[in-house]
Amino acid sequence: MTSTRYTLGGDEHLFVELSESMRLDAFFRSILITQELAARELDGVTEICPANASFQVRFDPDRLKVDHLKEVVQEIEANLGEHAARLDTRIVEIPVLYNDPWTHETLMRFRERHQDPSSTDLEYAARINGYPDIEAFIAAHSGTPWFVSMVGFVAGLPFMYQMVEQDKQIQVPKYLKPRTETPKQTVGYGGCFSCIYSVRGAGGYQMFGITPVPIYDPEQKVDHLSEFMIFFRPGDIVKFRPIDREEYDAILAEVERNEYTLRSAPVEFSLPEFEADPAGYPTKILEALHGN
Amino acid sequence: MAIEVKKPGLATSVQDQGRTGNYHLGIPPAGAMDQLSFRAANLLLGNEETAAVLECAIMGPELVFTEPAFVAVTGARMQPKIDGEEQPMDTVLEVDAGQTLALGFAAAGARAYLAVSGGLDVPEALGSRSTYALGSLGGLKGRPLQAGDVLEAGSPTGAADVGRTLPEQHRVQLAKEYEVRMLPGLYDHRVASDSMKQFLSDTWQVSSESDRIGYRLKGGSPLEFVPRTPPFGAGDDPSNIVDACYPIGSIQVPSGQEPIVLHRDAVSGGGYMMVGTVISADMDTFGQMAPNARLRFVEVTLEQALEARAERERRLAGIREALLA
Repeated sequence: MTSTRYTLGGDEHLFVELSESMRLDAFFRSILITQELAARELDGVTEICPANASFQVRFDPDRLKVDHLKEVVQEIEANLGEHAARLDTRIVEIPVLYNDPWTHETLMRFRERHQDPSSTDLEYAARINGYPDIEAFIAAHSGTPWFVSMVGFVAGLPFMYQMVEQDKQIQVPKYLKPRTETPKQTVGYGGCFSCIYSVRGAGGYQMFGITPVPIYDPEQKVDHLSEFMIFFRPGDIVKFRPIDREEYDAILAEVERNEYTLRSAPVEFSLPEFEADPAGYPTKILEALHGN
Repeated sequence: MAIEVKKPGLATSVQDQGRTGNYHLGIPPAGAMDQLSFRAANLLLGNEETAAVLECAIMGPELVFTEPAFVAVTGARMQPKIDGEEQPMDTVLEVDAGQTLALGFAAAGARAYLAVSGGLDVPEALGSRSTYALGSLGGLKGRPLQAGDVLEAGSPTGAADVGRTLPEQHRVQLAKEYEVRMLPGLYDHRVASDSMKQFLSDTWQVSSESDRIGYRLKGGSPLEFVPRTPPFGAGDDPSNIVDACYPIGSIQVPSGQEPIVLHRDAVSGGGYMMVGTVISADMDTFGQMAPNARLRFVEVTLEQALEARAERERRLAGIREALLA
């Protein structure tokens, strides 16, 4: 089953592909291997970057030989036992105003770059994924938790992978041609990944809604970003909660007064338990949010 | 001491050695694109080698100094003028209070480095003063300079030696055509072998859509991919991969068309295949390529890449030796 591929990104990067296709177990191994590698504190390692089904290590070849780095990574991978397939993480609730006026205005403006200019991004995504209407689609997008499988592209942007059986995964193509604008905090979708745009800017993902909660603040004025300017870490679990315009405005006002508290709770995720019961286990994970 | 920005130039930003440790959260290194010229500018003035400077791309800024200062300009050939009078590059210059320092259009190269005695004083963000504009982080207000901005400089650490110059052999080598060494890898197995040979024999031209994030190249042949069934989550285009990390210097080829070489403000990951990576020793030179510059990729082995890296280290040691009094 293991088909790990090692390759070099020039003289400073070791690139490790755990799976060519997106798989939750590959993501999980990427998180566990990179966590263990970080704990080893190898001299010369400067960046450890887990991604969806791969990871990358940047190193200083003057201090660390790539052959040695590769040996260490291979040894860590070989010793990832079944017992290790558990992750202590947190679950975070993100309120989302789906079908909001701002992403709607933007998507109408860039309609000629879309596969289906006659419908909205939500209508298109609902249809090609076999949902009768956008309400049913929103229920599916917000019903089960998501794994933050990668943070990046730009500062603090989380890529999220849905915790459901593979045949229930939502899949949508990216725009035919990327937009030059995406509102800040847009909840987007491309391939099998959801994302939250941390900053305003270009983007090619379909746009479903917007969250009033900032996830990146280089000035660190927002309360939940005061310790660090980026909120998400790979391995975080996210639950989207649909909200209406009234609640959106209320949360926005709270954020502006710096009185908003993001709902989150510590949780342990077990890959074997998920694989044994992919339909039921996510519900158990969600209980952690409602327990406190 | 204050420096007032009269004209900002095309893309002038505060940069230093860059930051490490946050690429896994989408924060790229940033920092001077041509680290050798940047360091030489500081060393000329007797500054800390990694003091913050202005990186001036293509068209330089116009700055008014409120107090006397020593400055040095290295890198791309942007004719410096003090109150309209031409001054030499790679040389310690003295600017009097009230005088205007202007840098011209880059006659060769893409980026000049303007160091000021004492270094530019902007707050550190994540261990560096470098501007990362996409994330509004670092530098002056997280963005390139604008007219009306005011920059502060720190206190000089030593007395500058007016007229002191960087010897010719230690200056950056600028050209209109470059050979860029690359190490194949990453997703090069996706490319048909004849197509990869063609890629390496083609001459590419730097597009005007090139910046600190990446260089877009045009003029070569499109890639031909090995046929496949798209892996789950990758996307249908033959150049798509399950979104992964992008190494600094990696060469991605969206839809097999125009390659993009990522530089120090790189997007940290995405869903396009990469054919290889520019070696670390050639990234300074890459940062000096202006639009319309031409280049050819030359395949090297890891051993050759490490040799070139050692050679670059010797170059830097030579600059230090020439300038450290």
